[in-house]
Amino acid sequence: MTQTLTRPATALTPPPAPPRRKKHRDPSRYFRLHLPLVLYLLFTLIPFYWMLVFAFRPTGQTSLVPWPITLEHFDTVWNGIGFGVFFQNSLIIGVGTMIVVTVFALMGGYALARFKFRGQRVFLLALLCTQFIPGAMMLIPLFVIFKSAGLLNSLTGLVIADTAFQLPLALILMSGFVRNVPIELEEAAMVDGCSRLRAFFAVTLPQLKPALVAVGSFAFIGAWNNFLFALMFASRQDKFTLPVGLSYALGEFNTDFGALAAGGVVAAVPVVLVFAVVQRFLVQGLSAGAVKG
Amino acid sequence: MRTRTWAPYALIAPTLVLMAVFLVYPIASVGWFSLRQHTVTQPWKNGFIGFENFRRMLFEDQLFWQSLVFSAKWVVVEVGLQLVLGLVLALIVNETFVGRALARALVFSPWAVSGVLTTGIWILLYNPSTGIFQQLAQWGIGDPGTSVLGDPATVFPATVVTELWRGVPFFAILLLADLQTIPNDLYEAASVDGAGRWRKFISVTLPHLRDAIVLSTLLRAVWEFNNVDLIYTLTGGGPANQTTTLPLYVARKAVDSHDFGYGSALTMAGFVILLFFSILYLRMSKFGSRA
Repeated sequence: MTQTLTRPATALTPPPAPPRRKKHRDPSRYFRLHLPLVLYLLFTLIPFYWMLVFAFRPTGQTSLVPWPITLEHFDTVWNGIGFGVFFQNSLIIGVGTMIVVTVFALMGGYALARFKFRGQRVFLLALLCTQFIPGAMMLIPLFVIFKSAGLLNSLTGLVIADTAFQLPLALILMSGFVRNVPIELEEAAMVDGCSRLRAFFAVTLPQLKPALVAVGSFAFIGAWNNFLFALMFASRQDKFTLPVGLSYALGEFNTDFGALAAGGVVAAVPVVLVFAVVQRFLVQGLSAGAVKG
Repeated sequence: MRTRTWAPYALIAPTLVLMAVFLVYPIASVGWFSLRQHTVTQPWKNGFIGFENFRRMLFEDQLFWQSLVFSAKWVVVEVGLQLVLGLVLALIVNETFVGRALARALVFSPWAVSGVLTTGIWILLYNPSTGIFQQLAQWGIGDPGTSVLGDPATVFPATVVTELWRGVPFFAILLLADLQTIPNDLYEAASVDGAGRWRKFISVTLPHLRDAIVLSTLLRAVWEFNNVDLIYTLTGGGPANQTTTLPLYVARKAVDSHDFGYGSALTMAGFVILLFFSILYLRMSKFGSRA
């Protein structure tokens, strides 16, 4: 027994070893891999670091290492300028949009992936066409609609606007994810006497967890970052979102860079953290063919 | 599963309603507004004026043509540079090395940052009194007190670099996803045929990425054309309207002067140009012909 087990093992080990050793010896790797990567990392990270330095450095200092750190700028923006309220508004809009987009995208994505119905191609084409609609150029008619519907200065209104603009792409992505779950699983459950709905919840939905995380997170990030709708549809300061608050800080505090940086940190931390966690789902999902619909 | 039930229609109903109310109807109403004089601040002048807005736009409005030229320049430069850098970045993080997961998370992270926040970060970096150029000057590199955003000679490259910081990850993510679908056999076969690294890139990688490149450049071109957040907050279109794109011009008409009629005419011009460009681009690149 031991012989038969060890023999193929020793026979199999040598082939993978040489390329591995070769890779590490290859000096050109430093020039075509490590050097450009380090340069690009510097380009990405220096701006982030610059913001952190300004946010934690006492006013008047110029050292590049902010030590001892101060929280005075955070106190200024959070309590003084009202970023506490903006943060709360952005959170409500982000989470609201995330829930609505994910649920509707799941419903529509399931319909596209699992049914054949009249008008399916037209629907898909319409979804793709929405990607060419410029949000900035829709400001005028949307403003008129929102005004007549009484949705100005309302967080619900912003959730609706963000949802409308994000749903088409989220739905296309979700239909790709649903298609990747083998339909046989669902059919087997239905043969066993489950209703279609029960089969979906018991069999397909658990498989879609990464898809829900990815689609939901990107809806959250999109809504959290939206600027023009929030700027146009919310004129009262208690309905401002973080990007709007930040845009005013850009003008008003042209000299108070500490406050601007602290506001930036408040706006950046949630999305960058969420993104760091979910970016690999995105790459996996896209390469699994979701993008090809 | 072929079915003749109402189920799929019920499932897509919420999406259809949202699209109809917030996408289709607004497009129709832009068309209608573009034929009217409609200013919120001067409602007594509102009314139907036919093609007067378009006549004014095409024959009298210098800023329309200027913004259009700048939009084209902006899209070509941004999309071109983002594609090249994004492809290089995707190839790098597709290799195997220690710390790859962390490197990916870090280089992709600006993708999650909003246009306004990008502006905030780069204003800190560019500011003439405590910014990076001041710091470099202290170390003996360059001149102190350069205001890259205020100087007409440097405002364009400075804006381009800022948008690159946030835009390159988009291409890197999409192209990395597609790189991972290339079967390893193709590379092995190429190796057997004696192909070097460069040869493999030209004959295997690029042809495989073709459709992904066509689709991502088109989506990005449309997106960069429509992108307003960053330029609006970084330069405001200045100095002297030098960096005003067409959508920024529309946004300023809508937000600042509330001139909805003329703004809608500008919007229609943007639609037509984008639609024409997209069809032409897909035709010329023979998208999907590989399959």
